[in-house]
Amino acid sequence: MLERLLLSLRVVYARLWVRIKGSNRELEWVIAEMLIPMLTLSTYIYLYRMLRAPPQFAGFVMIGGTMLAFWSNVLWNMSAQFYWEKETGTLEVYFVAPISRMAILAGMALGGIVNTTLRAVAVLVLGIVVFQVPIAMHEPLTALLVFFLTIIALYALGMMFASLFMLYGREAWHTANLLQEPVTFLSGTYFPASQLPQMVQLFASLIPLTFGLDGIRKVVILGQGIGDVWLNIVALVIFILVLLPLAKFALSYMENMGKKEGRLTLRWQ
Amino acid sequence: MLGDFVETRDVVRIFGKKSEAVRALDGVSVTIKEGEIFGLLGPNGAGKTTLIKILTTLLLPTSGEAYVGGFSVVKEADKVRKIINLVSGGETPGYGILTVSENLWFFSQLYGLTTSVAKEKIKRLAADLDFEKYANTRMAKLSTGYKQRMSLARGLLNDPKILFLDEPTLGLDVLTAKRLRTYVIDWAKRQRKGTVLLTTHYMAEADEMCDRVAIISNGRILACDTPQKLKDELRETPIAKIEVASVQDDYGFVEKIKGVVGFSETRNIQTGVTSLKVMVRDMKVISQIETKLNEQKLKVLSANETEPTLEDVYIKLVGKGFAEVEEKTDA
Repeated sequence: MLERLLLSLRVVYARLWVRIKGSNRELEWVIAEMLIPMLTLSTYIYLYRMLRAPPQFAGFVMIGGTMLAFWSNVLWNMSAQFYWEKETGTLEVYFVAPISRMAILAGMALGGIVNTTLRAVAVLVLGIVVFQVPIAMHEPLTALLVFFLTIIALYALGMMFASLFMLYGREAWHTANLLQEPVTFLSGTYFPASQLPQMVQLFASLIPLTFGLDGIRKVVILGQGIGDVWLNIVALVIFILVLLPLAKFALSYMENMGKKEGRLTLRWQ
Repeated sequence: MLGDFVETRDVVRIFGKKSEAVRALDGVSVTIKEGEIFGLLGPNGAGKTTLIKILTTLLLPTSGEAYVGGFSVVKEADKVRKIINLVSGGETPGYGILTVSENLWFFSQLYGLTTSVAKEKIKRLAADLDFEKYANTRMAKLSTGYKQRMSLARGLLNDPKILFLDEPTLGLDVLTAKRLRTYVIDWAKRQRKGTVLLTTHYMAEADEMCDRVAIISNGRILACDTPQKLKDELRETPIAKIEVASVQDDYGFVEKIKGVVGFSETRNIQTGVTSLKVMVRDMKVISQIETKLNEQKLKVLSANETEPTLEDVYIKLVGKGFAEVEEKTDA
């Protein structure tokens, strides 16, 4: 048992190390990943200023841009990773090794969180320093709590998607494409989701990012406290409690199905 | 626990649904002894990779049983994974952006090696397989040959009790292929009881490396013995190699000549020469073939009796060479 735990920790660290080392080795890549969210943030801030929207809107966009970096990472670098690893034969190596598949996913997720945090900080700095976005945070610990719960829920979702990508390859790729913009829209990345019609808000509540964004904005931009975001916290905890075991189940189910159907290592599907 | 290190019993693997079902393995039963280098020889599509995938826990058999090191590949997959490793030819698992050493360190972590042990092992393998000078080169910048050396090193990081090699020299130049083959043979000896299951469609590779060879075609094991014994069975059947100065003609008529037991052809577009390998009941048939070729206005460059090879064993068993079988499968 202890031996298995130590092996899993080694695998988590190794996969995390690969992700961080790989992602930061190519400067062009790092610059692009930081520059694109910054440009998007600038566009929305100028748009809101032109429309004479309340200054808090710039704060909404800043938080939205920060969290969007994580969502994009979950979707493209986390979920899609197994697809690429299948194409290169690396997935085969994982499945032949006596390791927990969840350890690989956890390593990928942690590496993604570390990398994206650096990019997200760049967006925050731009917003606060350059655009003088008003911050009214009284409870930084509550902000951190909501932030980390959101990140865990998002990456748990990414872990679940990873198993779909693993088996369905190109079809799952289209699904990710389909998820990118609708989630950005429904979760209210660039505006408060409360502005959406109620029926649409109902759909939006199925996405952890919606609760995370709303909670962080309330605490960081509107100066609210834990008493105002408890519902967000409960919702995010529920997401985590449901998504993590579901991700484990999905991975195991997909692996078995792949082994039955012979699709686990089948390339160019 | 069964007596042999690897044992399969009547393994069947079917791909696809009823109407389009393909029987990739059709009742395969083989045993491999500990310390043996065992070859699975057959053309593309014969079922070699399917069997390796079942034995390495990547694929479930449709029916039958398979054991590695006494563990069931279906029910005790985790125990199997602790004692095996797999190296497939023509692909390089890993991350192109990382260096060779970094990739190997990462893979060593999948087997729980401490960093100091892993580094020591990587250094030794890099020296043994002659890729020390590329240890700090990004994997994406390596040539195919060096990528395959790295893959082999990866497969040996955990000192597996059995190493599965799936077409390990595919696409490699002659020298690199030879070096890898020699290394694997030495490794198996050094490990004392290091077992290797090799799939290949290169006859010379199977002949050079394997203690025993199973010839597989259409998912069935047709023969299984030492390369020498397999070839010895052909002593009574003369084999001739006839070279003809044309690559465009149809030589199908040769196999219809009475007394021809097996036939295969290799066309060399660059030299304009077709080599016909003909297995006959007695050598008199060869002169009949030459006469027929002359009648067709085909210039015979040479006709000589040759020593039997493993390909000839295959031709005798199937009636055709690898190329013809692969062509038929593709069609």
